[in-house]
This record gives sequence, C-alpha cells and structure tokens, in this order.
Amino acid sequence: MLAQFGYGVLVVSFMVAIYSGITAVYGAAPSAKSAALVESARRAMLLTFPLISLSAAVLIYLLINNHFEVAFVYEVTSRSMPTYLKITAWWGGQAGSLVFWSWLLAVFTSAVTLRKWDRDIEFLPWVIVVSAVTLIFFLGMSVFFENPFARFWLVDGNVQPGMFAPAANATLFTPQDGQGLNPLLRHPGMVIHPPLLYLGFVSFVIPYAFAMAALITGRTDDRWIRITRRWSLWAWLFLSFGLVLGGRWAYDVLGWGGYWGWDPVEIAAFMPWLTGTAFLHSVMIQEKRGLLKHWNMILVILTYALVIFGTFLTRSGVLSSVHAFANSPIGPFFMGYVTLTLVVSVALVIWRWPILRSETEMKSMLSREALFLLNNLLFMSILVVCFWGVIFPLISELFTGQKVTVGPPFYERATAPLFSALLFLMAIAPFSAWGHSTMQTLGRAIWKSAAAALVVTVTLFLTYTQNIGALVGFFLVALALFATFHEFWRGARARQKAQNENFFTALSRLMGRNRRRYGGYIIHISIAFMAIGILGIEIFQKETQGTLTQGEQLNIADYTIEYRELASWDSPGEGVNYTRAILDVYENGIYLGQLNPRIDYYFDSQQNMTIPGLRSTLRDDLYILLVDWQPVSNMGATFKIYVNPLVNWLWIGNLLFLFGIIFAAWPDQDPAEEPARRSVARSNKQTSAAD
Amino acid sequence: MKMNKFFIGGALILAAVVYLIVSSTQASAEYFMTVNELKEEGASAVGKSLRLSGAVIGDTIQYDAETLSLTFEVAHVTGDNNEIEAQGGLAEVLYQAVNDPSRERVSVVYVGPKPDLLRGEAQAIMTGKIGEDGIFQADELLLKCPTRYEEAVPEQAANSN
Repeated sequence: MLAQFGYGVLVVSFMVAIYSGITAVYGAAPSAKSAALVESARRAMLLTFPLISLSAAVLIYLLINNHFEVAFVYEVTSRSMPTYLKITAWWGGQAGSLVFWSWLLAVFTSAVTLRKWDRDIEFLPWVIVVSAVTLIFFLGMSVFFENPFARFWLVDGNVQPGMFAPAANATLFTPQDGQGLNPLLRHPGMVIHPPLLYLGFVSFVIPYAFAMAALITGRTDDRWIRITRRWSLWAWLFLSFGLVLGGRWAYDVLGWGGYWGWDPVEIAAFMPWLTGTAFLHSVMIQEKRGLLKHWNMILVILTYALVIFGTFLTRSGVLSSVHAFANSPIGPFFMGYVTLTLVVSVALVIWRWPILRSETEMKSMLSREALFLLNNLLFMSILVVCFWGVIFPLISELFTGQKVTVGPPFYERATAPLFSALLFLMAIAPFSAWGHSTMQTLGRAIWKSAAAALVVTVTLFLTYTQNIGALVGFFLVALALFATFHEFWRGARARQKAQNENFFTALSRLMGRNRRRYGGYIIHISIAFMAIGILGIEIFQKETQGTLTQGEQLNIADYTIEYRELASWDSPGEGVNYTRAILDVYENGIYLGQLNPRIDYYFDSQQNMTIPGLRSTLRDDLYILLVDWQPVSNMGATFKIYVNPLVNWLWIGNLLFLFGIIFAAWPDQDPAEEPARRSVARSNKQTSAAD
Repeated sequence: MKMNKFFIGGALILAAVVYLIVSSTQASAEYFMTVNELKEEGASAVGKSLRLSGAVIGDTIQYDAETLSLTFEVAHVTGDNNEIEAQGGLAEVLYQAVNDPSRERVSVVYVGPKPDLLRGEAQAIMTGKIGEDGIFQADELLLKCPTRYEEAVPEQAANSN
C-alpha cells in the first residue's frame, strides 16, 4: 500500500514539474497574464520539493522497516544493517539515487526561486524552464524506467519485479531478508561521499539555468555571472569535497593504499570539475575585462552536459568500472537528453553570438587575461585527454571492430605535463598585470621565488632524491608556494604602509576584503601541498610482504614490524567475524606503538573487508594489510606493507583546499561592495598591485 | 599581427595536446578480449597488453599466502552489453558461464593481496598479458559481483513449477 502511495506521489511531482515548465514558457511571453503565469509556475516549482520529499520519506520508511517485497529495498538493505546505513542505502543503488538526484534538484530550485528577483525578473521564467526540464527528465527516469517502488510478484512460481500485479493470479512476494549493501559501501565515508558528489553535480544546474536565461532574454552582460558566482563556488566545493572524500575512502577501505585509480567513473566526476574550475577562473576575466563571454557560456554548457553525462556513465553500465551499477535501459535516454540539451544550448549561443562580443581585446601574451586563457586551455586539454580515454573503447570498436581501452598509464603520461604547466602558471600568473605585461616585469616579480625554489631543489637533489621527474615536480611546487606566499606578503606590506596597520592586521583585513582572491591563493597553496603528496606516493612508494610467525620481524625503509599475535572472533549481532593482528612497530630500533590491521568477514554477503593498520606522519605513512593467516594455530600470518612517503600532504592539502573554497564563497558582510569593472581606456596603465 | 601571435600559441598547444594523446594512447593501449576471442587469437595474443573479462569459477580459487600468488580460472562471458541484457542480466550470464562445463576457460595468476570481492560467479576484469603457457598474468584485477533476483525465491517456490 505504502509503495503505491510513494510511487503515486512521484508521479504527481512529475506532472507538477511538467505544469511548471509549460506555464513558465507561456509566462515568458509578454502578455497581460504573464506575471500571474510566472508566479503560478514558480509556486508549482516550489511544490515539487515537498512532493519529492514525501516520496523520498516513504522510500526511507520502506528501507528502514525491511519491506523486502520492494525490489530496491531487497537489493540494498538487509536485516543486519544498522539504521543509518539503511537510510544511506537510499543513494546506494540505482533507482534510489535517481530519486535522490531529483530531490536535490528540487531543493536547489526551490531555494533559487525564493530569492529576491526584483532586478532580474526577466530571468525567472527561463530559470524555471531549464530547472523544470532537468527535473522532468530525472523524474521521468524514475517514473518510467527505474522505479524504486517496484515490488516482487510471484506468478506461476516465478518471481518478477513490477509496480503492479503482472497477472490476475499474481501474489506479492516478500523475501526473508535483503541482500544488503556491499560491505565495502558500509563505511561512514559512504554516508557523505556520494551525496556530496551529487550535490556538486546538481548545483551546477543553477548557473547553467541562469546562463540559458541570459541567452534567451538577450541580457548578456555579466549579471548572470554575478548572480551565480557564489552558486558556482558552492557547487565546486561540493564536487571537490566529494572527489576528495572518495579518494580518502579508497585509501582507507579499498585496501591497496591508492587514492585515485583513473577509473571511468572517477573521471566522470572529474570532468565537470575540470570545466567548472576553468569556468571559475574565466568568469573573472569577464567581470574585470569584459572578455571571453562566448567562452564562459560554452564552459557552463559543457559543465552541465558533463554533469548529466557523468550521471549517465555511472548509471548505464556502458563502461566497465568498479563504480558502475548494473546495465540499465536508461542509457540511450541519457545520451539523447545530453545531445538534445547540447544542441539547443549551442544553438542559443550561436543565435546570440553578436551580442556576446568582447568589450575589449586581448593584447599582450603575458597579460593576466592571456595567462587566464592559457590556464583555461590547459584545463580543457586535460578534459580532452580524460574524455578521449573514457570514450576510446567505443571509438576503437566503431572504427576497427576491436575494443581497445587505455588504463591509468595513459592518463598519467598524458596529463602529467599539463598538470606541471598548470603548477607553473599558478606560480607566475598572480604576478602578471591586467592588460599588459612583459618578460621583464614578470621576471622582476618572480626571480626571488624562482631562486628560493632552486635552492630547495638543489638541497633535495643532494639529500633526498636524484629522480629527474620528482625534482622537476618539487621545483614547480616550491616555485608555486614561494610565489604565492610572496603575493600574500606583498599585498599585506602594501596595505601596512598605506593604512599604518601592523603586518597581521593588514594581512587579515586584506584577505577579508578580497575573499575570492585570497581564497583562491589559499587553494593554490593547497594544490601545491597535494602535489607534494602525489609526487611522494607515486614516485617513492615502497612495498614489501612476508609471512611471519609470532615474534618474527620484517624491515621496510626505517621501520621494523614485529608480529605479536592474532585474534579472531564472531560478532553475531553485526553479522561479522573480525580477525585482527597485533603488530609492534619500531623505527630505527625505537618503539613507536602498535598497529592492528584486520579483516572483517560479513556473513550475509560472504565477503571480506580488509582494514589496513595505518600510522601516519608528515614524512610518510606506514600502511599494513593483513593478507592471510593460518586458521588452526593462529601462529603465522601474512602481511603486505607499504610505506607511502609524503602522502599526508595530500590530505592536508585537501583540507586546506576545502577551507580555501569556503573562505572564498563565504558571504561578504557588505554585499553592496561590488567593485565596478574598470573602464577599458585605463586598462593599459593598471598594474597588478592595483587589481 | 597581434591575433597571429595568439593563433600560433593556440596551435602550438593544440599540437602538444594531440601529440600527448596519440603517443600515450599508443603506449598504453590494451585490447579488450573475451575468453573465446583470446583462444581464437592463440599464439598471436602472446605479449600484447590485454584486458580480459570472464566469470570466476569459485572452486578454482587458490591462494598461496607465502608468495601472495593468487590463481583461479575464468569462464567465457560475452562482452556485448545487449546480449547480456537479452540473456537476463549480468548475474544470470555469470551464473550460466560458471555452471557450463563446455565453456572455454583460462587460468589466471595474480600476485598481491587477495581482493575482497573475489569469489565464484564474480565478473573479473583483468589487465595483463598472456604467457606462452596459456596462463594469463594479471597486473590488475577488477571485480564485480552482481546478484540475481532468482536467489530471492525460497526453495519451495522455485520447485513448485
């Protein structure tokens, strides 16, 4: 009964979304009734939020209360799962995650329709139309193809899933217990990793909706960018946070000490991140200089298309991936939808091409805007590499009949020079001036940082490594760090002199007044930290393995590991058997403490989950996996041990990165303080310090 | 003149990216193969970088903890998604493959910790090379464990038809 109700509500919200979209289109045409029509569309859009919430609440109720007659509940939960995991199972499977997508979109659309529209009322109907179309598509997927409320029916001794009784003699069938979520997904990381990615995905719909509204209404100044600037930052925050958590979760749970595998689904989430990052950079050029308006439109359209494409890649089973759900009929619809929205959006851009013309032109190759453009090109190049890698199997099959894929080495090889170039750009771009810069002015600004970075590199060469790739990497990282710190110092000193404040007051006020700029620099520093961690684990990782008897030792790097004992016990309440080893860890003979790698065995899914013992310092991580043990004697056990140098900088960088975005996106105390763009005529005289 | 500068710069970047993509693709291409295709290919597949997909046969899984070497056999499953769909889904296809003794099989060796997801009727996607002895040396091992609706049916119901 409840399942039908939940499905019914979903159908109603689908129809409400259709009503909202159609009414908004009519309301956009100038007429006596247009204001009333738009208001009706707006209210309908607001109504989708409580409706989808209600439907989702029903689904969650079914999940929590073991309604295994519902196919989705059967697939993703089991009796032994704790309640919080049963709730998170909502997005743990295909059908539920599509409802989750729709629900998030309803949340954002409601929030955006509730804002003050006084100055931008002409955008409103079109923002509603774009959001409604997206919502209709996703709700349609749930209503027609991936219904989370479908139940099991017993017909002539066979069980088949369906929403309604498939035959007159069909009876509802309730399995004893569900299959449960894969143990690998039963991790607190699972509670937040997917929803954050979805949050990031869905919130990029809003900037896209405003961009389309700007194109359709012809109001193509930078108003749409100013309205959505903060949206884009939050969207970027969620997406970044989701990616970062995925990396950490993989490091902790998946058991190989990796953090990023260039898996197609990871790339699917990474691609909108790339265009989003390029977009965040290039909107600044439009705001400051009135350039690249076409380009910004294209970036926001691409980001939207990649968000849908990314959802599609995870949902369709087109690619073989650890993340992919089962094959599903919805694939072609996703492709159709992406193609349709791309064609329509690009057609709109072409239609409005003349009025998107730049207000000035780019003159100097080393000017700030030219370097921003270069940054965008590099991000796009990485995107092209990723896209090529993902679709290469499909292309090669089409042309040669032979399915050929490319693995992680392809991505590492092709993107490493591009990431290095981005690091270099990150170091020098803040020193270049808007309008015009020369080699001399740039060189004068950067030489101190470059000299300091060289000293660091030479020191590393003499004491740590002779690996050329690593040294180039460390040089770029050091250059970016010194240059960015120099930039903080320079700004604070200038303010200190001008305002007669002490250095730290000057620094904090400077940062507070220019949140986006200094938030951006914090992010740059964090990227350099992450690069340190990535260089460390990719180039200097050490590994060893061994079967030890009690009291036996194993050496790796400066560490000595001594196997003490092993215990194995059942925890019937949780349905898990734990096997846990106790190891003493010494470094150069000094006792550091114990590590406890373990293996959890889940009875219901008959699956192991390997939990590493981890000791983490700024210098390196000691990462120990329990691989096997002798079941009878408890005497011998086998361990796989990794030493991952510097990898902690990756996680520190991640945290700083998130802090930087929040710093940049945090609402200003005085929103009226929006510096107007400087007039074009003065542009050549500007220096970067005046920015 | 000024525009030329930008066009030349853009063209250089484009050329560099094309070079990176082409050379990296050539350096790391892996041929997607099913077990049947691998058998047909025979000796000519030796030494090529391959990505092989198959159904894991549970009884053949052996793990030597001393050397961390894992051996098992995989049975042929089709690589065509539509065909899998037509045969009742991936889980059903894997189940059929494992329980059909006439299917082509390949032995696989992988050195490393035993993956948590490895078990009978899992789909293994392996990257590596085939040796002259016909044993597949996997460098990387990806596993998928789909489940079948039919397992939900209790014995009585399954026997009543």
